[in-house]
Amino acid sequence: MESDVIFDIRDLHVWVSDREILRGLNLQIKQGEVHAIFGPNGSGKTTFLNAMMGFTGYRVEGEILFHGRDISRLPVDERARLGIGLSFQRPPAIAGVKLRSLIETSSKKDGDLLDKYAERLNLTGFLDRDVNVGFSGGEIKRAELLQLILQDPDIIFLDEPESGVDLENIALIGEFTNELLGRSPHPNGERTIKDLYREKRKSGLVITHTGHILDYIDVDVGHVLMEGRIGCDGNPREMLGTIRDYGFNECYRCFLREEEDVRS
Amino acid sequence: MSDHNSNSRGELDLSVYREEAPEHAELEDLSRIPADEQRLLRMTGVDPEGKERSGSFFQKDHSVVHCRSQFDGAEILSASVARDKYEGLTEYWGKAVPVGKDVYTKRAEEHQEHGYFIRSLPGAKVHYPLQACLYLTEDKLAQDVHNIIIAEEGSTLNVITGCATSPQVRSGLHVGVSEFYVKKGATLSFTMIHNWAEDMAVRPRTGIVVEEGGTFISNYICLMPAKDLQMYPTATLVGEGAVATFNSVLLASPGSYMDVGARVILKEKGCRAEIISRTVSTGGSIIARGDLVGEKPGIRAHLECKGLLLSDEGFIHAIPELKGKAANLEMSHEAAVGKIAREKVEFLMARGLSEDEATSLIIKGFLSLDIVGLPEELKAELDRMIQETDAEAM
Repeated sequence: MESDVIFDIRDLHVWVSDREILRGLNLQIKQGEVHAIFGPNGSGKTTFLNAMMGFTGYRVEGEILFHGRDISRLPVDERARLGIGLSFQRPPAIAGVKLRSLIETSSKKDGDLLDKYAERLNLTGFLDRDVNVGFSGGEIKRAELLQLILQDPDIIFLDEPESGVDLENIALIGEFTNELLGRSPHPNGERTIKDLYREKRKSGLVITHTGHILDYIDVDVGHVLMEGRIGCDGNPREMLGTIRDYGFNECYRCFLREEEDVRS
Repeated sequence: MSDHNSNSRGELDLSVYREEAPEHAELEDLSRIPADEQRLLRMTGVDPEGKERSGSFFQKDHSVVHCRSQFDGAEILSASVARDKYEGLTEYWGKAVPVGKDVYTKRAEEHQEHGYFIRSLPGAKVHYPLQACLYLTEDKLAQDVHNIIIAEEGSTLNVITGCATSPQVRSGLHVGVSEFYVKKGATLSFTMIHNWAEDMAVRPRTGIVVEEGGTFISNYICLMPAKDLQMYPTATLVGEGAVATFNSVLLASPGSYMDVGARVILKEKGCRAEIISRTVSTGGSIIARGDLVGEKPGIRAHLECKGLLLSDEGFIHAIPELKGKAANLEMSHEAAVGKIAREKVEFLMARGLSEDEATSLIIKGFLSLDIVGLPEELKAELDRMIQETDAEAM
């Protein structure tokens, strides 16, 4: 059903300075779907997410429809308040601002949930520390997840969620990413798992270079980003298998052929 | 800044200020003062109820209206009374700040009206702070005070000083000579909060002498506008292993001029010093100075001036200076002046904060130094002050 599409990107072009990084990108994400974008370094993955959030430094043309409304001209905070969340690859450190007070300012959820999730993410001691100051790679990613779980967006962009994370942390990050996306509901007295799925399932978009995170989270659709366009759509596990076995060169070969088809 | 009542060297036209002030009656109970004045005092860290305080001193214009000690291990007096009591305080008076140092120390000697004398007895652990408030209620008045603090051998002493003007005052002059003596093994923590009227000229002149194994901690906070503020306290560490720390937090709005720094002279082996300042200009001018002089081996000292400049008006001029005079010492400095990183603002906006909320949160975070040695309760008060600092001004 077309009406299920909550995020719809049409003919997106993005420039950084005078360089065109995204060149006519199209992508549709349905309610409750999680997509992954693979792509070699420099293919424009992070540029894509930054443009989705509306960060400065990007000139954007084309449409970004969220629940049918074009958000491509809205400031960052309005996009966030509409229900778009981003897990940063490398979020900045904010000296003097405690993680707890940041989350309490931005959270839509009640207070005791914060402590509960902080404990489960092994972050209790971090709530009274300055945001990301002196945090390790894994601690940063866990803190990002904690912020997003309490921010409770409808669609979540995850920028390289596994980067800088050691093996010990990656399973925990995978588990809570699933939870954030509403993919690991726990049944309770009133609701069945099926009910919970219907209520809680969120949409997501994961950007990954290595694909390791796919061992831990469920992804419905995969794409390859090449030279500023979406090269193909498909089963994410199969695509990742191909990329792992043959590298992005194989994708590139296929991509060039399709480009020719488009031109001819 | 044509109406700025000082030339480029910070000299003021002193003839515009009045010397005479009406006498104010003594106050048994500080909590009887009007609610709006109580609020003013609280904003300078002074608790009118005197709760969790070992003693209070309250000087209104030229009159000491309240002076009580609630703890046997410490005394608090008018400096003039203390001079009568202790043979002129000749060991201390004019020893850390020479009387002839400059035009302000000279005028303080000529025009002095009280100021406080605070002393902790040898070995006394004064748990709750003593508080002193210097309050100006007459417009265009010159208030000249001389303060003495003595932390006797092995004692621990906390002092909170609040300086404020009443709401009807627009301009005035405050000159305060302060001489602090930290004896062998003693610790003095001194916190000063300024809350002046916009057109005030302020000239504190402070000297500190720290003996062997003694520790001096100074916290200075000025988040309210001050038209012309100039201070450069100097701590001289005269005994082995003496320590001095200066923390300053300044916010200069348009029209404010703050020339604030600290100097530490480390004269003996194993002395340590740290000078840290966080300054924010929303259009005011700030000179953030720091000067460390190391004279013996085994000295460690660090200086850090960080400034956020949020407007093209005004400026922040960081002047860190280091002078080492012996081998085997370690001295360093770190200075930075800049704007708020766009990346940080947008990170917070991506969490749903508006641009203004994000900016103000970053500034408040920047100013909220983790000040070591600040009493818990005052730390909470400082956090609250920073939180309540007019976001508009930022």
